[in-house]
Amino acid sequence: MGKLFAVVVIVITVISAYFVVVHRWWMPETITAIGARVDHQLNETMLEAGILFVLSQIILGVFAWRFGDTSTPRKIKHFPGGAMPLVIAGIAIVGLEILALSFVGSKVWADMYFVPAPADSLHVDVQAEQFAFYFRYPGPDGQFGSIHPEKINDGNGNYFGLDPANDVSARDDIIVGSLTVPVNKPVLLTLHSKDMIHNFYVPELRLQQDIVPGIEIPVHFTATKTGKFEIVCTQLCGLGHYNMRAYLEVVSQDQYDQWLKSQSQ
Amino acid sequence: MKTKYFAALALLVAVSSALVVLAAPPAGNGSITGKVTYTGTPPKMKPIDMSKEPSCAKQHASPVMTQNVETGPGNTLEDVVVYISAGAPETSAPSQAVRYDQKGCQYLPHVLAMEANQPLEIYNDDQTSHNIHPLAKTNQEWNKSQPPGTPPIQAKYEKPEFIPVKCNIHPWMHGYFVVLNTSHYSVTGNDGSFSIKDLPAGKYTVTAWQEQYGTQTQDVTLGAGESKSVSFSFKALPY
Repeated sequence: MGKLFAVVVIVITVISAYFVVVHRWWMPETITAIGARVDHQLNETMLEAGILFVLSQIILGVFAWRFGDTSTPRKIKHFPGGAMPLVIAGIAIVGLEILALSFVGSKVWADMYFVPAPADSLHVDVQAEQFAFYFRYPGPDGQFGSIHPEKINDGNGNYFGLDPANDVSARDDIIVGSLTVPVNKPVLLTLHSKDMIHNFYVPELRLQQDIVPGIEIPVHFTATKTGKFEIVCTQLCGLGHYNMRAYLEVVSQDQYDQWLKSQSQ
Repeated sequence: MKTKYFAALALLVAVSSALVVLAAPPAGNGSITGKVTYTGTPPKMKPIDMSKEPSCAKQHASPVMTQNVETGPGNTLEDVVVYISAGAPETSAPSQAVRYDQKGCQYLPHVLAMEANQPLEIYNDDQTSHNIHPLAKTNQEWNKSQPPGTPPIQAKYEKPEFIPVKCNIHPWMHGYFVVLNTSHYSVTGNDGSFSIKDLPAGKYTVTAWQEQYGTQTQDVTLGAGESKSVSFSFKALPY
């Protein structure tokens, strides 16, 4: 029985390691410069955690093979070399590895979240609600109208709660259901939620951020490839969560200018 | 034998028609017709982006617009409910159900008028799930999920109320149930016209209700068989 267990453990280890090594189920190709660094970090983590995983499973297998089939059941009184050094070595190796990964990874993380968006960023407001995303561009005047939550009315398309009657800068705000941005241009999003915690996740941007009601959360990215990508909510937010999505369209600057012009008419 | 059967049938038909006549309210042949218009500048309706629901988006060649103020040629207003709010002869609710459709991720019609206690049937004609949520305050509030291909939802409202309707899945979907305690009502079409028929002589209050602009009333006195024209005009603001 012990030998069979040892074989099964090793076989499962080898198969699961194989799928990770060949990137059988991997994320779609990234479209940002920082995405490549996120992938690099993820690969490092997978490699280091993977080595430890494989090693520990092999040790488990060896022990099961060697001590599993004792005909008379008895306690193993002594590990080879004693248990204490093994436990201490295990904790030290895993602890050091986690610290090292966090230290190296925090640089990438900080570059995404702690470095402010470049000054020339395109600013887009995001409103998440059950179960859709809405995007607001400041319009020709370059100014966002102020937000009045009590004026939110989905029925007349006022998803952000603008007050165009009294607020001139709100009148030309462009509100759409898809995020269109020019390629190679830094984009600064301010995330809002109308009702509950949602999430803004674009796998290709390697950007995933919770959206919390009452908090304005800034995130920024620069897409380096054109195309149409899915924006999904990854916080279970209710009945229609499965259907809460929008599209990110990365287009050339010319196409973007045309699109913006057509929207502000 | 056959003759006997026909005689019985004829008798049955005669009796039941007599009963119907007896039960019917005192119907008149007067009518109130007219037009609902606006003055000023109405707000610009906004296009609705349905790209997240491709099965609905592909049903519309051009984007669907918001419908809180629907205007027609000649400054007319559509989907205004004009009804007799006072003085109408009492009627019992018709057993004929009114139909409400969810099609192309829109409510059809945008404004559905019905009489209190009249059966209401809500259909999902789409390839996606809807969750209809009429925001009733006077009546019992409920919301129900309706996956594609499921039978219509049967409902009924007991008290008169203007009920905004929304879909809990598609935030842009918006409509109104207008529950009235009279069968004498009319919803304006694109030309803004309405026609309330079968009115006996009497003194009536006619109310026009528009979802954004609220209500306006006018008093009308009808002689027997008389037809009168009444017009309503709402003041529209761009914002």
